[in-house]
Amino acid sequence: MATTTSKFSHAIFEKNSILLVIGVLVVISIGGIVEIAPLFYLKNTIEKVDGVRPYSPLELAGRDIYVREGCYNCHSQMVRPLRDEVERYGHYSLAAESMYDHPFQWGSKRTGPDLARVGAKYSDAWHRDHLNNPRSVVPTSIMPGYPFLEKTLLDTRSIAARMTVLAMEGVPYTPEMIEKAQVDLIAQGAIDSNGVDAMQKRYPRAIARDAKADKGELTELDALIAYLQQMGTQVDFKIYDDKANIR
Amino acid sequence: MSNQVHVDEVTGTATTGHEWDGIRELNTPLPRWWLYTIYATIIWGIGYIAYYPALPLIDGATKGMSGWNARSEVVEELSKLRAQRGPMNDKLAKTPLADVKKDSELLAFASAQGSAAFATNCAPCHGAGGQGAKGYPNLHADRWIWGGKLEDIQQTITHGIRWDSDSKTRSGVMPSFGRDKILNEDQISQVADYVLSFTNRADKSANLASGKKVYEENCAACHGDAGKGNRDLGAPNLTTQVWLYGGTKADIVERVRLGGGGVMPSWSERLDTTTIKALTVYVHGFGGGEN
Repeated sequence: MATTTSKFSHAIFEKNSILLVIGVLVVISIGGIVEIAPLFYLKNTIEKVDGVRPYSPLELAGRDIYVREGCYNCHSQMVRPLRDEVERYGHYSLAAESMYDHPFQWGSKRTGPDLARVGAKYSDAWHRDHLNNPRSVVPTSIMPGYPFLEKTLLDTRSIAARMTVLAMEGVPYTPEMIEKAQVDLIAQGAIDSNGVDAMQKRYPRAIARDAKADKGELTELDALIAYLQQMGTQVDFKIYDDKANIR
Repeated sequence: MSNQVHVDEVTGTATTGHEWDGIRELNTPLPRWWLYTIYATIIWGIGYIAYYPALPLIDGATKGMSGWNARSEVVEELSKLRAQRGPMNDKLAKTPLADVKKDSELLAFASAQGSAAFATNCAPCHGAGGQGAKGYPNLHADRWIWGGKLEDIQQTITHGIRWDSDSKTRSGVMPSFGRDKILNEDQISQVADYVLSFTNRADKSANLASGKKVYEENCAACHGDAGKGNRDLGAPNLTTQVWLYGGTKADIVERVRLGGGGVMPSWSERLDTTTIKALTVYVHGFGGGEN
Protein backbone atom coordinates (compact mmCIF):
# COMPACT_ATOMS: atom_id res chain seq x y z
CA MET A 1 0.00 0.00 0.00
CA ALA A 2 1.48 3.25 -1.08
CA THR A 3 1.45 6.00 1.48
CA THR A 4 2.14 9.02 -0.62
CA THR A 5 -0.66 8.80 -3.14
CA SER A 6 -3.38 10.21 -0.79
CA LYS A 7 -3.35 13.94 -0.10
CA PHE A 8 -4.03 13.67 3.64
CA SER A 9 -1.58 11.61 5.57
CA HIS A 10 -1.47 10.72 9.28
CA ALA A 11 2.26 11.19 8.93
CA ILE A 12 1.78 14.86 9.76
CA PHE A 13 0.31 13.89 13.19
CA GLU A 14 3.00 11.33 13.80
CA LYS A 15 5.72 13.85 13.26
CA ASN A 16 4.25 16.81 15.19
CA SER A 17 3.37 16.12 18.82
CA ILE A 18 1.55 19.43 19.40
CA LEU A 19 -0.66 18.75 16.43
CA LEU A 20 -1.30 15.23 17.75
CA VAL A 21 -2.42 16.62 21.14
CA ILE A 22 -4.73 19.13 19.45
CA GLY A 23 -6.12 16.36 17.25
CA VAL A 24 -6.80 14.15 20.27
CA LEU A 25 -8.56 17.03 22.06
CA VAL A 26 -10.75 17.71 19.05
CA VAL A 27 -11.83 14.09 18.80
CA ILE A 28 -12.61 13.82 22.55
CA SER A 29 -14.47 17.13 22.47
CA ILE A 30 -16.80 15.80 19.81
CA GLY A 31 -17.70 12.94 22.16
CA GLY A 32 -18.21 15.39 25.00
CA ILE A 33 -20.35 17.75 22.97
CA VAL A 34 -22.58 14.95 21.78
CA GLU A 35 -22.90 13.12 25.09
CA ILE A 36 -22.46 15.69 27.86
CA ALA A 37 -23.44 19.12 26.58
CA PRO A 38 -27.11 18.23 25.85
CA LEU A 39 -27.59 17.29 29.51
CA PHE A 40 -27.20 20.96 30.39
CA TYR A 41 -29.91 22.27 28.10
CA LEU A 42 -32.39 19.39 27.63
CA LYS A 43 -35.41 19.96 29.83
CA ASN A 44 -35.97 16.27 30.46
CA THR A 45 -32.52 15.76 32.03
CA ILE A 46 -33.99 16.78 35.39
CA GLU A 47 -37.75 16.82 35.18
CA LYS A 48 -39.68 19.29 37.29
CA VAL A 49 -41.12 17.51 40.30
CA ASP A 50 -43.10 19.00 43.16
CA GLY A 51 -41.88 18.51 46.69
CA VAL A 52 -38.12 18.26 46.24
CA ARG A 53 -36.40 20.74 48.53
CA PRO A 54 -32.82 21.25 49.71
CA TYR A 55 -31.82 19.26 52.80
CA SER A 56 -32.57 20.83 56.14
CA PRO A 57 -29.45 21.60 58.20
CA LEU A 58 -29.87 18.49 60.40
CA GLU A 59 -30.45 16.25 57.38
CA LEU A 60 -27.45 17.78 55.66
CA ALA A 61 -25.30 17.11 58.72
CA GLY A 62 -26.53 13.52 58.61
CA ARG A 63 -25.73 13.28 54.93
CA ASP A 64 -22.18 14.41 55.61
CA ILE A 65 -21.86 11.57 58.14
CA TYR A 66 -23.29 9.16 55.56
CA VAL A 67 -20.57 10.26 53.14
CA ARG A 68 -17.85 10.29 55.80
CA GLU A 69 -18.59 6.72 56.89
CA GLY A 70 -18.60 5.56 53.28
CA CYS A 71 -22.12 4.17 53.32
CA TYR A 72 -22.17 4.55 49.53
CA ASN A 73 -19.57 1.79 49.29
CA CYS A 74 -22.24 -0.78 50.09
CA HIS A 75 -25.56 1.03 49.62
CA SER A 76 -26.83 2.56 46.40
CA GLN A 77 -29.46 5.30 46.28
CA MET A 78 -30.97 4.56 42.93
CA VAL A 79 -34.06 2.47 42.31
CA ARG A 80 -33.80 1.60 38.64
CA PRO A 81 -36.90 1.36 36.46
CA LEU A 82 -36.91 -2.43 36.55
CA ARG A 83 -39.78 -4.61 37.66
CA ASP A 84 -38.03 -6.36 40.55
CA GLU A 85 -36.57 -3.16 41.95
CA VAL A 86 -39.85 -1.26 41.79
CA GLU A 87 -41.59 -4.22 43.46
CA ARG A 88 -39.02 -4.36 46.22
CA TYR A 89 -38.12 -0.75 46.92
CA GLY A 90 -40.94 1.37 45.55
CA HIS A 91 -41.16 3.94 42.78
CA TYR A 92 -38.02 4.24 40.65
CA SER A 93 -35.77 7.17 41.46
CA LEU A 94 -36.14 10.46 39.64
CA ALA A 95 -33.22 12.66 38.70
CA ALA A 96 -34.87 15.52 40.57
CA GLU A 97 -34.69 13.58 43.82
CA SER A 98 -30.92 13.87 43.92
CA MET A 99 -30.64 17.31 42.29
CA TYR A 100 -29.41 18.88 45.54
CA ASP A 101 -26.87 16.14 46.25
CA HIS A 102 -23.27 17.30 45.87
CA PRO A 103 -21.87 14.76 45.27
CA PHE A 104 -24.73 12.40 44.47
CA GLN A 105 -24.89 9.10 46.36
CA TRP A 106 -26.27 6.86 43.61
CA GLY A 107 -23.48 4.39 44.25
CA SER A 108 -22.52 1.51 42.04
CA LYS A 109 -22.57 -1.41 44.42
CA ARG A 110 -25.20 -3.09 46.54
CA THR A 111 -23.65 -5.18 49.24
CA GLY A 112 -26.55 -3.92 51.34
CA PRO A 113 -29.96 -2.93 50.03
CA ASP A 114 -30.71 0.21 48.07
CA LEU A 115 -31.57 3.11 50.37
CA ALA A 116 -33.26 5.52 47.97
CA ARG A 117 -36.69 4.80 49.52
CA VAL A 118 -35.67 3.78 53.04
CA GLY A 119 -37.22 6.90 54.58
CA ALA A 120 -40.28 6.18 56.77
CA LYS A 121 -39.89 2.45 56.19
CA TYR A 122 -38.64 1.66 59.70
CA SER A 123 -38.97 3.38 63.05
CA ASP A 124 -36.29 5.68 64.47
CA ALA A 125 -35.73 3.11 67.21
CA TRP A 126 -35.00 0.47 64.60
CA HIS A 127 -32.37 2.67 62.95
CA ARG A 128 -30.86 3.31 66.37
CA ASP A 129 -30.66 -0.39 67.20
CA HIS A 130 -29.53 -1.29 63.71
CA LEU A 131 -26.74 1.28 63.47
CA ASN A 132 -25.48 0.42 66.95
CA ASN A 133 -25.44 -3.28 66.22
CA PRO A 134 -27.03 -4.54 62.99
CA ARG A 135 -27.08 -8.13 64.29
CA SER A 136 -29.45 -7.17 67.12
CA VAL A 137 -32.29 -6.81 64.64
CA VAL A 138 -31.08 -8.59 61.49
CA PRO A 139 -29.17 -11.68 62.64
CA THR A 140 -27.70 -12.43 59.21
CA SER A 141 -26.50 -8.89 58.52
CA ILE A 142 -22.84 -8.37 57.57
CA MET A 143 -22.98 -4.61 58.05
CA PRO A 144 -20.48 -3.22 60.56
CA GLY A 145 -21.88 -1.57 63.68
CA TYR A 146 -21.50 2.17 64.21
CA PRO A 147 -21.94 2.42 67.99
CA PHE A 148 -19.65 5.46 68.20
CA LEU A 149 -22.17 7.64 66.36
CA GLU A 150 -24.44 7.61 69.39
CA LYS A 151 -21.55 8.61 71.63
CA THR A 152 -20.28 11.43 69.42
CA LEU A 153 -21.87 14.85 69.76
CA LEU A 154 -22.74 16.47 66.45
CA ASP A 155 -20.63 19.39 65.29
CA THR A 156 -23.36 22.00 64.82
CA ARG A 157 -21.13 25.02 64.28
CA SER A 158 -19.84 24.30 60.79
CA ILE A 159 -23.25 23.78 59.20
CA ALA A 160 -23.67 27.35 57.90
CA ALA A 161 -20.27 27.19 56.22
CA ARG A 162 -21.18 23.90 54.56
CA MET A 163 -24.44 25.35 53.31
CA THR A 164 -22.60 28.38 51.93
CA VAL A 165 -20.41 26.09 49.85
CA LEU A 166 -23.44 24.19 48.56
CA ALA A 167 -25.14 27.49 47.70
CA MET A 168 -22.13 28.32 45.56
CA GLU A 169 -22.64 25.00 43.80
CA GLY A 170 -26.21 25.90 42.94
CA VAL A 171 -28.30 24.58 45.83
CA PRO A 172 -30.92 27.27 46.48
CA TYR A 173 -30.06 28.01 50.09
CA THR A 174 -31.09 31.60 50.74
CA PRO A 175 -29.02 33.96 52.91
CA GLU A 176 -31.82 33.63 55.49
CA MET A 177 -31.50 29.84 55.52
CA ILE A 178 -27.77 30.09 55.98
CA GLU A 179 -28.12 32.69 58.71
CA LYS A 180 -30.61 30.49 60.59
CA ALA A 181 -28.80 27.23 59.83
CA GLN A 182 -27.66 26.45 63.34
CA VAL A 183 -30.98 27.55 64.88
CA ASP A 184 -32.91 25.31 62.46
CA LEU A 185 -30.56 22.42 63.09
CA ILE A 186 -31.17 22.60 66.82
CA ALA A 187 -34.92 23.08 66.33
CA GLN A 188 -35.24 19.93 64.23
CA GLY A 189 -33.53 17.98 66.99
CA ALA A 190 -35.81 19.36 69.70
CA ILE A 191 -39.44 18.77 68.83
CA ASP A 192 -40.83 20.86 71.68
CA SER A 193 -38.73 23.94 71.01
CA ASN A 194 -40.10 27.20 69.61
CA GLY A 195 -38.10 27.13 66.41
CA VAL A 196 -39.79 24.09 64.88
CA ASP A 197 -42.47 26.02 62.98
CA ALA A 198 -39.98 28.45 61.47
CA MET A 199 -37.73 25.53 60.51
CA GLN A 200 -40.61 23.69 58.84
CA LYS A 201 -41.56 26.84 56.95
CA ARG A 202 -38.11 26.92 55.44
CA TYR A 203 -37.93 23.16 54.94
CA PRO A 204 -41.46 21.83 54.31
CA ARG A 205 -42.23 18.40 55.78
CA ALA A 206 -38.92 18.22 57.66
CA ILE A 207 -39.69 16.06 60.69
CA ALA A 208 -38.59 17.35 64.08
CA ARG A 209 -37.41 14.78 66.60
CA ASP A 210 -36.98 14.50 70.33
CA ALA A 211 -33.18 14.36 70.29
CA LYS A 212 -32.57 16.84 73.13
CA ALA A 213 -30.75 19.20 70.78
CA ASP A 214 -31.72 22.16 72.96
CA LYS A 215 -29.91 20.51 75.86
CA GLY A 216 -26.76 20.03 73.81
CA GLU A 217 -27.16 16.29 73.51
CA LEU A 218 -27.61 16.03 69.74
CA THR A 219 -25.46 13.18 68.44
CA GLU A 220 -24.21 12.18 65.03
CA LEU A 221 -26.62 9.24 65.15
CA ASP A 222 -29.58 11.63 65.47
CA ALA A 223 -28.43 13.55 62.40
CA LEU A 224 -27.91 10.38 60.37
CA ILE A 225 -31.38 9.10 61.30
CA ALA A 226 -32.92 12.45 60.29
CA TYR A 227 -31.20 12.07 56.92
CA LEU A 228 -32.20 8.42 56.45
CA GLN A 229 -35.83 9.00 57.44
CA GLN A 230 -36.44 11.69 54.81
CA MET A 231 -34.81 9.64 52.04
CA GLY A 232 -37.12 9.20 49.07
CA THR A 233 -40.09 10.76 50.86
CA GLN A 234 -40.04 14.25 49.36
CA VAL A 235 -42.00 13.42 46.22
CA ASP A 236 -45.62 12.41 46.72
CA PHE A 237 -46.04 9.64 44.17
CA LYS A 238 -49.79 9.62 44.66
CA ILE A 239 -49.94 12.90 42.75
CA TYR A 240 -46.83 12.47 40.64
CA ASP A 241 -47.70 12.04 36.94
CA ASP A 242 -45.13 9.63 35.57
CA LYS A 243 -46.57 9.86 32.05
CA ALA A 244 -45.84 13.58 31.90
CA ASN A 245 -42.17 12.92 32.23
CA ILE A 246 -41.77 9.77 30.17
CA ARG A 247 -38.90 10.19 27.79
CA MET B 1 9.84 8.91 0.29
CA SER B 2 9.82 7.28 -3.08
CA ASN B 3 6.68 6.44 -5.01
CA GLN B 4 7.93 2.95 -5.55
CA VAL B 5 6.65 0.40 -3.08
CA HIS B 6 9.41 -1.55 -1.49
CA VAL B 7 8.71 -5.24 -0.95
CA ASP B 8 10.47 -7.14 1.80
CA GLU B 9 12.40 -10.03 0.36
CA VAL B 10 11.94 -12.52 3.19
CA THR B 11 8.16 -12.21 3.76
CA GLY B 12 7.08 -10.87 0.41
CA THR B 13 5.13 -8.09 2.21
CA ALA B 14 5.23 -4.44 1.22
CA THR B 15 6.94 -2.06 3.63
CA THR B 16 5.79 1.39 4.70
CA GLY B 17 8.80 2.96 3.05
CA HIS B 18 10.22 4.12 6.39
CA GLU B 19 13.80 3.20 6.94
CA TRP B 20 16.01 3.60 9.99
CA ASP B 21 19.57 2.46 9.66
CA GLY B 22 18.54 -0.14 7.12
CA ILE B 23 15.66 -1.44 9.21
CA ARG B 24 12.32 -1.30 7.39
CA GLU B 25 8.78 -1.46 8.74
CA LEU B 26 6.45 -4.09 7.24
CA ASN B 27 3.08 -2.78 6.10
CA THR B 28 1.11 -5.93 6.98
CA PRO B 29 -2.55 -5.44 6.10
CA LEU B 30 -5.25 -6.00 8.75
CA PRO B 31 -6.63 -9.54 8.88
CA ARG B 32 -9.79 -9.67 6.79
CA TRP B 33 -11.99 -11.14 9.57
CA TRP B 34 -10.95 -8.32 11.87
CA LEU B 35 -11.66 -5.65 9.31
CA TYR B 36 -15.08 -7.02 8.44
CA THR B 37 -15.97 -7.30 12.15
CA ILE B 38 -15.27 -3.59 12.48
CA TYR B 39 -17.46 -2.82 9.48
CA ALA B 40 -20.20 -5.02 10.91
CA THR B 41 -20.18 -3.22 14.28
CA ILE B 42 -20.40 0.14 12.52
CA ILE B 43 -23.44 -1.02 10.57
CA TRP B 44 -24.94 -2.49 13.77
CA GLY B 45 -24.32 0.83 15.52
CA ILE B 46 -26.20 2.76 12.85
CA GLY B 47 -29.08 0.33 13.17
CA TYR B 48 -29.05 0.67 16.96
CA ILE B 49 -29.14 4.45 16.75
CA ALA B 50 -32.11 4.26 14.39
CA TYR B 51 -33.97 1.67 16.47
CA TYR B 52 -33.45 2.91 20.05
CA PRO B 53 -33.56 6.41 21.56
CA ALA B 54 -30.04 7.71 21.06
CA LEU B 55 -28.92 11.05 19.73
CA PRO B 56 -29.57 14.13 21.85
CA LEU B 57 -30.90 16.97 19.74
CA ILE B 58 -32.20 20.46 20.51
CA ASP B 59 -35.44 19.55 22.28
CA GLY B 60 -34.89 15.99 23.42
CA ALA B 61 -33.26 12.86 22.14
CA THR B 62 -34.29 10.91 19.07
CA LYS B 63 -37.09 8.51 19.97
CA GLY B 64 -35.96 5.64 17.77
CA MET B 65 -38.19 3.52 15.58
CA SER B 66 -38.99 1.08 18.38
CA GLY B 67 -40.46 3.74 20.65
CA TRP B 68 -38.77 1.94 23.55
CA ASN B 69 -38.15 3.68 26.82
CA ALA B 70 -37.19 2.39 30.22
CA ARG B 71 -40.07 3.99 32.08
CA SER B 72 -42.89 2.76 29.91
CA GLU B 73 -41.24 -0.65 29.86
CA VAL B 74 -41.39 -0.92 33.64
CA VAL B 75 -45.05 0.15 33.56
CA GLU B 76 -45.67 -2.64 31.07
CA GLU B 77 -43.67 -5.16 33.12
CA LEU B 78 -45.66 -4.30 36.22
CA SER B 79 -48.96 -4.69 34.41
CA LYS B 80 -47.76 -8.10 33.21
CA LEU B 81 -47.00 -8.95 36.82
CA ARG B 82 -50.52 -7.96 37.82
CA ALA B 83 -51.90 -10.04 34.98
CA GLN B 84 -49.82 -12.97 36.19
CA ARG B 85 -51.28 -12.64 39.67
CA GLY B 86 -54.46 -11.86 37.81
CA PRO B 87 -57.66 -13.65 38.77
CA MET B 88 -56.35 -14.80 42.16
CA ASN B 89 -55.34 -11.28 43.06
CA ASP B 90 -58.75 -9.95 42.05
CA LYS B 91 -60.40 -12.67 44.05
CA LEU B 92 -58.30 -11.80 47.08
CA ALA B 93 -59.17 -8.12 46.68
CA LYS B 94 -62.89 -8.94 46.59
CA THR B 95 -63.09 -11.67 49.24
CA PRO B 96 -63.91 -10.46 52.76
CA LEU B 97 -60.93 -10.94 55.05
CA ALA B 98 -62.63 -13.56 57.20
CA ASP B 99 -63.52 -15.72 54.18
CA VAL B 100 -60.02 -15.97 52.74
CA LYS B 101 -59.07 -19.05 54.71
CA LYS B 102 -62.24 -20.87 53.69
CA ASP B 103 -60.85 -21.19 50.17
CA SER B 104 -57.69 -23.25 50.41
CA GLU B 105 -56.41 -22.14 47.00
CA LEU B 106 -56.90 -18.48 47.88
CA LEU B 107 -55.33 -19.02 51.28
CA ALA B 108 -52.25 -20.54 49.65
CA PHE B 109 -52.04 -17.60 47.25
CA ALA B 110 -52.45 -15.01 50.00
CA SER B 111 -49.86 -16.75 52.20
CA ALA B 112 -47.34 -16.89 49.36
CA GLN B 113 -47.81 -13.24 48.52
CA GLY B 114 -47.82 -12.32 52.20
CA SER B 115 -44.63 -14.28 52.75
CA ALA B 116 -42.85 -12.37 49.96
CA ALA B 117 -44.09 -9.00 51.21
CA PHE B 118 -43.15 -9.93 54.78
CA ALA B 119 -39.57 -10.78 53.82
CA THR B 120 -39.14 -7.43 52.07
CA ASN B 121 -40.92 -5.12 54.46
CA CYS B 122 -41.49 -6.67 57.87
CA ALA B 123 -38.54 -8.99 58.50
CA PRO B 124 -36.03 -6.24 59.41
CA CYS B 125 -37.95 -5.61 62.65
CA HIS B 126 -40.06 -8.72 63.26
CA GLY B 127 -37.41 -11.19 62.11
CA ALA B 128 -37.28 -13.41 59.05
CA GLY B 129 -39.79 -15.83 60.56
CA GLY B 130 -41.78 -13.31 62.57
CA GLN B 131 -39.95 -14.28 65.75
CA GLY B 132 -39.37 -10.65 66.73
CA ALA B 133 -36.52 -9.21 68.79
CA LYS B 134 -36.22 -7.16 71.94
CA GLY B 135 -38.53 -4.19 71.35
CA TYR B 136 -40.10 -5.75 68.24
CA PRO B 137 -43.02 -8.07 68.97
CA ASN B 138 -42.96 -11.79 68.28
CA LEU B 139 -45.85 -12.50 65.94
CA HIS B 140 -46.14 -16.19 66.80
CA ALA B 141 -47.12 -15.74 70.43
CA ASP B 142 -50.82 -15.54 71.09
CA ARG B 143 -50.20 -12.46 73.24
CA TRP B 144 -51.19 -9.44 71.20
CA ILE B 145 -50.59 -5.87 72.28
CA TRP B 146 -53.14 -4.37 69.89
CA GLY B 147 -55.26 -7.42 69.15
CA GLY B 148 -54.77 -10.56 67.10
CA LYS B 149 -57.99 -10.80 65.11
CA LEU B 150 -57.71 -10.44 61.34
CA GLU B 151 -59.23 -6.93 61.45
CA ASP B 152 -56.87 -5.90 64.24
CA ILE B 153 -53.82 -7.04 62.32
CA GLN B 154 -55.05 -5.37 59.14
CA GLN B 155 -55.62 -2.12 61.03
CA THR B 156 -52.15 -2.27 62.57
CA ILE B 157 -50.40 -2.91 59.25
CA THR B 158 -52.42 -0.30 57.38
CA HIS B 159 -52.04 2.58 59.81
CA GLY B 160 -49.07 1.65 61.93
CA ILE B 161 -48.43 2.22 65.60
CA ARG B 162 -47.61 5.65 66.99
CA TRP B 163 -46.94 6.76 63.41
CA ASP B 164 -47.79 10.42 63.72
CA SER B 165 -48.26 11.25 60.05
CA ASP B 166 -51.18 8.78 59.83
CA SER B 167 -54.26 10.16 61.57
CA LYS B 168 -55.72 6.66 62.13
CA THR B 169 -52.56 5.24 63.63
CA ARG B 170 -52.75 3.32 66.88
CA SER B 171 -51.53 5.47 69.72
CA GLY B 172 -50.96 5.20 73.39
CA VAL B 173 -47.76 6.29 75.02
CA MET B 174 -46.51 5.22 78.41
CA PRO B 175 -45.16 8.18 80.41
CA SER B 176 -41.46 8.32 81.25
CA PHE B 177 -41.99 7.77 84.97
CA GLY B 178 -38.32 8.00 85.80
CA ARG B 179 -36.99 10.50 83.29
CA ASP B 180 -39.82 12.93 83.89
CA LYS B 181 -39.52 12.41 87.67
CA ILE B 182 -43.10 11.22 88.16
CA LEU B 183 -41.82 8.42 90.39
CA ASN B 184 -38.62 8.23 92.39
CA GLU B 185 -36.19 5.33 92.17
CA ASP B 186 -37.61 3.61 95.26
CA GLN B 187 -41.12 3.73 93.90
CA ILE B 188 -39.96 2.39 90.54
CA SER B 189 -38.21 -0.51 92.24
CA GLN B 190 -41.31 -1.26 94.34
CA VAL B 191 -43.66 -1.16 91.37
CA ALA B 192 -41.31 -3.43 89.40
CA ASP B 193 -41.47 -5.93 92.27
CA TYR B 194 -45.24 -5.71 92.23
CA VAL B 195 -45.32 -6.30 88.45
CA LEU B 196 -43.09 -9.35 88.99
CA SER B 197 -45.60 -10.64 91.53
CA PHE B 198 -48.17 -11.03 88.71
CA THR B 199 -46.05 -13.90 87.46
CA ASN B 200 -45.12 -15.05 90.99
CA ARG B 201 -41.52 -13.95 90.59
CA ALA B 202 -41.33 -11.19 93.18
CA ASP B 203 -38.53 -11.34 95.70
CA LYS B 204 -39.71 -12.51 99.12
CA SER B 205 -38.29 -9.42 100.79
CA ALA B 206 -40.10 -7.08 98.41
CA ASN B 207 -42.45 -4.47 99.78
CA LEU B 208 -45.46 -5.47 97.67
CA ALA B 209 -47.91 -3.28 99.57
CA SER B 210 -46.22 -0.03 98.58
CA GLY B 211 -45.61 -1.40 95.09
CA LYS B 212 -49.29 -2.12 94.78
CA LYS B 213 -50.12 1.45 95.84
CA VAL B 214 -47.78 2.93 93.22
CA TYR B 215 -49.21 0.54 90.62
CA GLU B 216 -52.80 1.43 91.33
CA GLU B 217 -52.09 5.14 91.20
CA ASN B 218 -49.93 5.16 88.07
CA CYS B 219 -50.24 1.97 86.05
CA ALA B 220 -53.66 0.44 86.60
CA ALA B 221 -55.47 2.97 84.40
CA CYS B 222 -53.89 1.41 81.34
CA HIS B 223 -52.57 -2.00 82.40
CA GLY B 224 -55.62 -2.82 84.53
CA ASP B 225 -55.88 -3.63 88.25
CA ALA B 226 -54.92 -7.24 87.65
CA GLY B 227 -52.25 -6.35 85.06
CA LYS B 228 -54.18 -7.88 82.20
CA GLY B 229 -53.45 -4.92 79.94
CA ASN B 230 -55.70 -2.98 77.60
CA ARG B 231 -55.54 -3.51 73.88
CA ASP B 232 -57.29 -0.25 73.04
CA LEU B 233 -54.37 1.61 74.55
CA GLY B 234 -51.69 -0.82 73.53
CA ALA B 235 -50.93 -1.52 77.18
CA PRO B 236 -49.41 -5.01 77.30
CA ASN B 237 -50.64 -7.78 79.53
CA LEU B 238 -48.19 -8.03 82.43
CA THR B 239 -49.33 -11.41 83.69
CA THR B 240 -47.79 -13.58 80.97
CA GLN B 241 -44.27 -14.76 80.34
CA VAL B 242 -44.11 -12.86 77.06
CA TRP B 243 -42.08 -9.68 77.48
CA LEU B 244 -41.43 -7.19 74.72
CA TYR B 245 -38.51 -5.49 76.46
CA GLY B 246 -37.39 -8.35 78.67
CA GLY B 247 -38.93 -9.68 81.87
CA THR B 248 -36.20 -9.31 84.48
CA LYS B 249 -36.54 -6.75 87.22
CA ALA B 250 -33.85 -4.61 85.61
CA ASP B 251 -35.74 -4.65 82.30
CA ILE B 252 -38.99 -3.64 83.98
CA VAL B 253 -37.29 -0.87 85.95
CA GLU B 254 -35.79 0.50 82.76
CA ARG B 255 -39.15 0.45 80.97
CA VAL B 256 -40.89 2.25 83.85
CA ARG B 257 -38.13 4.85 83.81
CA LEU B 258 -38.27 5.49 80.07
CA GLY B 259 -41.86 4.66 79.12
CA GLY B 260 -42.65 5.30 75.48
CA GLY B 261 -43.44 2.44 73.20
CA GLY B 262 -42.48 0.94 69.89
CA VAL B 263 -43.19 2.65 66.60
CA MET B 264 -44.43 0.85 63.51
CA PRO B 265 -44.77 2.67 60.19
CA SER B 266 -48.08 3.04 58.44
CA TRP B 267 -47.88 0.80 55.37
CA SER B 268 -50.84 2.24 53.49
CA GLU B 269 -48.49 4.65 51.72
CA ARG B 270 -46.13 1.94 50.55
CA LEU B 271 -48.25 -1.18 49.99
CA ASP B 272 -51.56 -1.61 48.19
CA THR B 273 -54.59 -2.88 50.07
CA THR B 274 -54.45 -6.36 48.53
CA THR B 275 -50.84 -6.83 49.61
CA ILE B 276 -51.78 -5.69 53.11
CA LYS B 277 -54.62 -8.21 53.05
CA ALA B 278 -52.22 -10.97 52.05
CA LEU B 279 -49.83 -9.91 54.83
CA THR B 280 -52.68 -9.95 57.32
CA VAL B 281 -53.62 -13.49 56.38
CA TYR B 282 -49.95 -14.56 56.46
CA VAL B 283 -49.26 -13.06 59.89
CA HIS B 284 -52.54 -14.34 61.28
CA GLY B 285 -51.53 -17.80 60.09
CA PHE B 286 -48.31 -17.85 62.13
CA GLY B 287 -50.28 -19.58 64.85
CA GLY B 288 -51.11 -16.76 67.21
CA GLY B 289 -54.06 -15.44 65.25
CA GLU B 290 -57.33 -15.00 67.10
CA ASN B 291 -60.82 -15.60 65.75
